[in-house]
This record gives sequence, C-alpha cells and structure tokens, in this order.
Amino acid sequence: MCLAIPVEVREVLPDEMARVTLDGVSKIISTALIDDVRPGDYVILHVGYALTKINPEEAERTLALIQEAAMGHAT
Amino acid sequence: MKYIDEYRNGTLVRDIARQIASTADPARSYHFMEFCGGHTHVISRYGFEDLLPDNVRMVHGPGCPVCVLPIGRIGAAIALAMRPEITLCTYGDLMRVRDRNGWSLLKAKAAGADIRMVYSTLDALRIAEAEPQREVVFFAIGFETTTPPTALALKTAIARNLGNFSIFCNHVVTPAAIHNILESPDVSKPGTIKIDGFIGPAHVSAVIGTKPYEFFAEKFRKPVVVAGFEPLDVIQAVLMLVRQINDGRHVVENQYIRAVTRLGNVKAQAEVANFFELRESFEWRGLGELPLSGLRLRPQYAAYDAEKRFSMMTFTAEDNPACECGAILRGVKKPADCKLFGTVCTPDTPMGSCMVSSEGACAAHWTYGRFRTKARQPDAGRAVA
Repeated sequence: MCLAIPVEVREVLPDEMARVTLDGVSKIISTALIDDVRPGDYVILHVGYALTKINPEEAERTLALIQEAAMGHAT
Repeated sequence: MKYIDEYRNGTLVRDIARQIASTADPARSYHFMEFCGGHTHVISRYGFEDLLPDNVRMVHGPGCPVCVLPIGRIGAAIALAMRPEITLCTYGDLMRVRDRNGWSLLKAKAAGADIRMVYSTLDALRIAEAEPQREVVFFAIGFETTTPPTALALKTAIARNLGNFSIFCNHVVTPAAIHNILESPDVSKPGTIKIDGFIGPAHVSAVIGTKPYEFFAEKFRKPVVVAGFEPLDVIQAVLMLVRQINDGRHVVENQYIRAVTRLGNVKAQAEVANFFELRESFEWRGLGELPLSGLRLRPQYAAYDAEKRFSMMTFTAEDNPACECGAILRGVKKPADCKLFGTVCTPDTPMGSCMVSSEGACAAHWTYGRFRTKARQPDAGRAVA
C-alpha cells in the first residue's frame, strides 16, 4: 500500500501538476505536497502524488555507506 | 531505473549479509520487527530468511492497511456501494477482501454495484466532476503515506464545490500501532514474543519524519532504523540494528536519508491536520480497538464525510475462528502456523486479510517462502501445500 517509486520530473505544469517519466512511461502527477519542483528532480510517487523529493547527495552517501558496510567498515 | 537498480545489487546484499553474520553475537538471538508490509514483501521476495544468520530473525508486523482493516468496514462499504445512486471508488488492494458474509467489492461489482478501481484520488475527483448525477464516494484507507492524497482530494472537492463527492475515511496512524505492539502482553511479558528492535516504515516516515519514533526508542529501549524499500536498504538496516543491540544503544537511525528527514514533509502534515482529526479509538483487524489510532474528517467537513452523509452503519464482525491473521499481524505466529494456510486459504481464495493483500505476511510467504519451508520440512505438506 505504501509502496512508491522514484520518478523523474520532465515538465512542471500549471495547478501544481507535473509530467514525470519512469523507464519511458510518462504520467501526469500532482506536486501539491512538495515545493520548488524542477525538471530533472526525482520525486517519490505514491497514488498519483509526489510525496517528497529524493536528495541526490544523500542517495550517493547511502550507496557509499553500503559499500563500506559490505567491506566490513562500521557505518 | 535510477534510484532503484543501484539498491538491488545482489553481490552487495550478500556481502552485507555476511557482515551481519560476523557482527551478530553467536551467543544471543536478534528479533527485529519490520512494521511495514512493503518491507515484509521485500524480505520474502529477496529471500532474507536464508540470507540472514539463524540467530537474526525477522518478525512481521501489522503495517498493511488492507490487512488491518476490520471486515465490518468492508461490509459497510459493500452495503453503501449496493445503493443505486452510489459510485464507490477504491484502490485495487481492497477489491478481494471478504466481509462476514463472504462478499467482496469484486463480488458486489459483479452483482451490479457501481464500484470503480482508481489509481489515485485524482481519478475519483475526475469521476465526480464528469458525472454530477452520481454520488461518488472514495473508500479511503492507508497509513500516513496515503492520507495526504485524501486530504488534497477533499481540499480540491471543496475548492471546486463538488457536492457529489465524499470520503469513507479509514485512515490509520502508525505510532499508535507500534505503541500497542510494545505494550501488548505478547511482547511485554518475559518469555513471550521477543522484539529487540524495529525497521521503521519508508514512506510513512517520508511524511511523518523519524521524530515520532524517538519516544518508543527511549521509553521501550528498542532501537528503530527507518529503511527504504529496496533490498540493500533493508539489509543495511538490519546490520544497523544488530550494531545498536551489540553496543547497547536504542536510538532512532535513518537509513533512508535520501527521502526521509527528522521532521518529515511538514506541508503534507499540515494538509492532513487541516481536514482530519484523531478518532477516540478505531478497530484494527487482529489488534482490536486501539485508542487514538484512526482518523476521521473534522466536523466542519461533515458534508464530505460519507459515514455521516449516508448514515453508514459499521459493526464489529468476527474473523473466521480458524484464521490466525490476528496473531500473525501481532508477530506472535507465522503464516505456516495457521491450519488454513495453503489449504482453503490461498491468494486465489483468501480467507484472511494477510492472504488478500500482496503485502500481507501470508501472501508473501505463499509467493516466495513456502518452497523453502517445504525444503526444510518435507513432511509439512499441510502447511506448505
């Protein structure tokens, strides 16, 4: 139920809507729950609404921490 | 797919599983509850039970909205949908849940009720606008992830003066359920079920933040790690929990930093607070009445509240007495412990809620886990079918 997917914002539309894409599939969603949406942003999409923006720096940091953890370093 | 594929690297998952095995103290056992059905699904789908060492076990929690919705509420929705003027819009997850008479929304639809599966509240609003002669009711269920979209639908309906749109609200809140689990006799009494820590939900936490869990971590001295929904997220969260236990710590850690902050989505929280208030108590399937655990529309929006608008009658209905969903939702029993599992209760003919939703523990075990059970217990044909 709470599953949601990361999608890329391709176009910001009027009335707090946006066109997003996931693997070539395009969809119009609501961005009313988040601020300052720009093309190129990745958002978490759940039942037609963007719930939050993905922070690209933190995403990279998570992967780095996972790599470290896999090698046995404390995270 | 960006932000998905890189978190599904099987080699890294196995490497971290090995780190968990070497970090875990062989002299003790670790039991972690994954609250959320999304995590239950991931744990079953990616074979975590085999990846993790024998002394690190996962306990399934009640975080599946379809699973915890009492069948009396399903019955009320079906009764409403059978009225000729009503168009009931629902998420697909709910279509096959049976009420006490064995009816489901799918069966009611086949019998002529106007029930429409929607992907989003936006679709329900579109139907209400396009068909002003119909009374369009949105069957709202879900945890904090799904509540803001319902709040925005109500906001939009009010702004557009959609007099034929209303909401049958069954939204529930996560902290009350965690509190109930930690205070239940199953968990709080020594010698009963053991929960050493929690994997906190991903997208619920994107909305409410990690702050609400700090109280549990402190009061019950249980570590909480909020985790994303990909396998690397979950396995990393397990490692973080093992380390907290080893260090004698019990704090809230955030593994899902790319989408979750301490305070969450304040804008979404404000939208929910504008339109909803806590009910004094709400019934959860398998858990009973839980205080301050469900939401209803604020009184000033009574015109949009389907329960008031259509004088809906909800009643408490007993589950099939042989169904162990209640104990499974509390983490007390496993799917294979239920004598209905794999016999009369399968995803095609679900008797209990944990088999109806793909995120339910029984459905996940049926789809991904029963073959392993069979390999371990060749004589357990009854449980694994």
